[in-house]
Amino acid sequence: MTTSTGAVTPAPTVRPARLRDLALLPAIALLVLVGALIDPAFLSRDNIVNVLQQQTELSLLVLAEAIILIAGRFDLSLESTVGLAPALAVGLVIPATADGLGAELPVWTAIPLCLLTGGLIGAFNGMLIVRFRLSAFIVTLGMLIVLRGLQVGLTGGQNLFELPESFLYLGNARWLGLPASIWICGVLFAAGIAVLGYFRHGRSIYAIGGNADAARAAGVRTDRVLWTVFVIGGLLAALAGLLMTGRLGSVAADQGNGMIFTVFAAAVIGGVSMDGGKGTLFGGLCGVLVLGLINNILTLAGVSAQWIQAIYGAIILLALVMARLTSGKAQD
Amino acid sequence: MSIAVEARDITKRFGPTVALSGVGISIAEGETHALVGRNGAGKSTLVSIITGLQPPDGGEVRFGGEPAPPIADRDAWRRRVACVYQKSTVIPTLTVAENLFLNRQAGRGPIRWRSLRDRAAGLLAQYGLDVDARTVAGELSVEQRQLVEIARALSFGARFIILDEPTAQLDGPAIERLFERMRALREQGVTMLFISHHLDEVYEICQTVTVYRDARHVISAPVAGLPHDELVAAMTGEAAQGYRAGERAPDPAAPVVLAAAGLSLAGRYQEVDLAVRAGEVVGLAGSGASGKVGLAETLVGLRRADTGTVTVNGTVLRPGDVTAALRAGLGFVPRDRHQEGFVPLLSIAENGTLPIAHKLGRFGVVSPAGRRARAERMIESLAIKASGPEQAVGELSGGNAQKVVMARALADDPKALVVINPTVGVDVKSKQVLLAAVEDAVARGAGAVLVSDEPADLRICDRVLVMFHGRIVKEMPRGWAEAELVAVMEGVDTR
Repeated sequence: MTTSTGAVTPAPTVRPARLRDLALLPAIALLVLVGALIDPAFLSRDNIVNVLQQQTELSLLVLAEAIILIAGRFDLSLESTVGLAPALAVGLVIPATADGLGAELPVWTAIPLCLLTGGLIGAFNGMLIVRFRLSAFIVTLGMLIVLRGLQVGLTGGQNLFELPESFLYLGNARWLGLPASIWICGVLFAAGIAVLGYFRHGRSIYAIGGNADAARAAGVRTDRVLWTVFVIGGLLAALAGLLMTGRLGSVAADQGNGMIFTVFAAAVIGGVSMDGGKGTLFGGLCGVLVLGLINNILTLAGVSAQWIQAIYGAIILLALVMARLTSGKAQD
Repeated sequence: MSIAVEARDITKRFGPTVALSGVGISIAEGETHALVGRNGAGKSTLVSIITGLQPPDGGEVRFGGEPAPPIADRDAWRRRVACVYQKSTVIPTLTVAENLFLNRQAGRGPIRWRSLRDRAAGLLAQYGLDVDARTVAGELSVEQRQLVEIARALSFGARFIILDEPTAQLDGPAIERLFERMRALREQGVTMLFISHHLDEVYEICQTVTVYRDARHVISAPVAGLPHDELVAAMTGEAAQGYRAGERAPDPAAPVVLAAAGLSLAGRYQEVDLAVRAGEVVGLAGSGASGKVGLAETLVGLRRADTGTVTVNGTVLRPGDVTAALRAGLGFVPRDRHQEGFVPLLSIAENGTLPIAHKLGRFGVVSPAGRRARAERMIESLAIKASGPEQAVGELSGGNAQKVVMARALADDPKALVVINPTVGVDVKSKQVLLAAVEDAVARGAGAVLVSDEPADLRICDRVLVMFHGRIVKEMPRGWAEAELVAVMEGVDTR
């Protein structure tokens, strides 16, 4: 084997795709440096852990969105799932006096119900998009509004405060000195990177996003894979909602509202193509870190709360421009 | 000789349309068999049936005397028949290695990328392809991509391969190299079904030919004993000869309608001077890298030259300004009709009248009646086969879509006409209509530039300019010999 292929395979060189993966690491290093210069507290263990924990929910959504984008589809409704899934699950468990729905199911069902809701939302999206061939953009835009409306309708627009302890556990617990949510994110990303990089089913997601007809011709069950991808997206969004609920101690009526823009920005900055078939989960994770660090630095630098949103948005645009220039290819 | 593949009495209907009506084909072991027919004759449907993508409504397919496997058993089909489709079936964002082993990168368990690359490199080496397995497939040339698809198709173990119009997107030398490979495969005992619109290719590479017309089987015969005229007659259903170029005597004093002076574009062409007079057709020939397409695209404003000027009908054009070129009286047929030629969802009427919409009404309003009338004239004059002016161009066959593009180029009675590869993927009859349309426009006083990879198309030219490595190296007047033209194109003889 070694002798026959030696002539065909030249000495290993760094492939552009690999470089693309690491493109954000210098940016992250630079941000860490800037942060350290602005405020010595930036490098403290507490601050770093804090930054990471705050980004866990966003990163789970980016994980979901990146997989869906790589498969060549869209999901805007993730951010509403972040609110609806925990709200519905909690509502079914807590008494009506605490703005619950009056079902008062056993407390242990709350977490399974939350994840089940996310999975069902994903399956419904999948049905409309895969089975009925509707445009993913419009379907999930509609779902974004419907799901948000459902949450407001079911809770009467109230924030839910009286939550069962077990429901708050994952968002609060610390395992081996780090917040559980960071461990969960780390494990899920590692699993995602392994499946998308090293397993046939993961690679078929790339194949579908790159050329669905060719994937089908090669025997990939495209519909089934797409459907699975949407269900996983919904599950991850529900999990993000669960973590956020635990961290904040309540289910806000607008929980998750507006997150989807940041999700897309992080994915695209991380090199995931909106056209499908291109990008890696590691890139998406780097995108999340870049945005989290920027956010943290702006806060530490004492930028006034009224201005932070405009500046944050401008920096996202700038980051997109930089990503475009450094990659040398059109973003699509 | 035993029969490798046989289809008997195949019938296939799509709704009210009969795509195949009791047709058959019988391909002997180890031969290269041609399947020809005009657009819509049923070739593609037959391909999808003998590759097991669609079940026939009636009839049966047999491989080596055995009945075909059930439709659901894709792997069994893939071991018997491989197909390189017209449409690319590589995934542009993945590497060549992964494309070769798509959906079979590994059995159970994780993919071992290094071993996958080694297997891919071995496969590429086996078929003599000089392609790095780690290249992203989107960066391959059309030729390389096709060869990768052939290698992938054969790697399933099939000894029968279908090549569906493999030469449509290749230039001359690449076609030659493909034929070399096909001959080598044949020597290894591979059976092939070759689909092409180019009868010359059929004569060059195939032993037997089957002709379909209007969903029916017309003849199957050895290529050697079949005269060219008879083959064309079988395809068209009438005793048509090859297209006969019109007789013209261009007036050497006629005004110059399209001129280029000192045009250069780095990496494409250098120092090109060109003058086309009213009433003549000037051909541009050359290999794929000669810069002929780049030059033609500069003439119409799709590309911006580094230096030099383009003059249309006496107006010096701002570089890279298509609108100005059209306004000055230029019409053009772009290289790739799918990309630049038409908007597939719009109707024939809208596509055909895009450049003249401003003449069909006042103040930016387009009169539907005027447009319809114009489109009906176009459909008639170019014999476009369509249900009417409202049919979307995307639904038309290749030849008819190209006629719409030609109609659009001619819509405004252009003074100068630039036509790039008008006959790619177009059947014999449509080819003749398209070439006749160019000649008619010239007879009405236009000057035309015709870029083509087809020596037969260039027969309508009053003179042919041959480009080599970005320069015009030779001008050949009417009556050239094909061997001579090809020799100059390949740089064998540049005297």
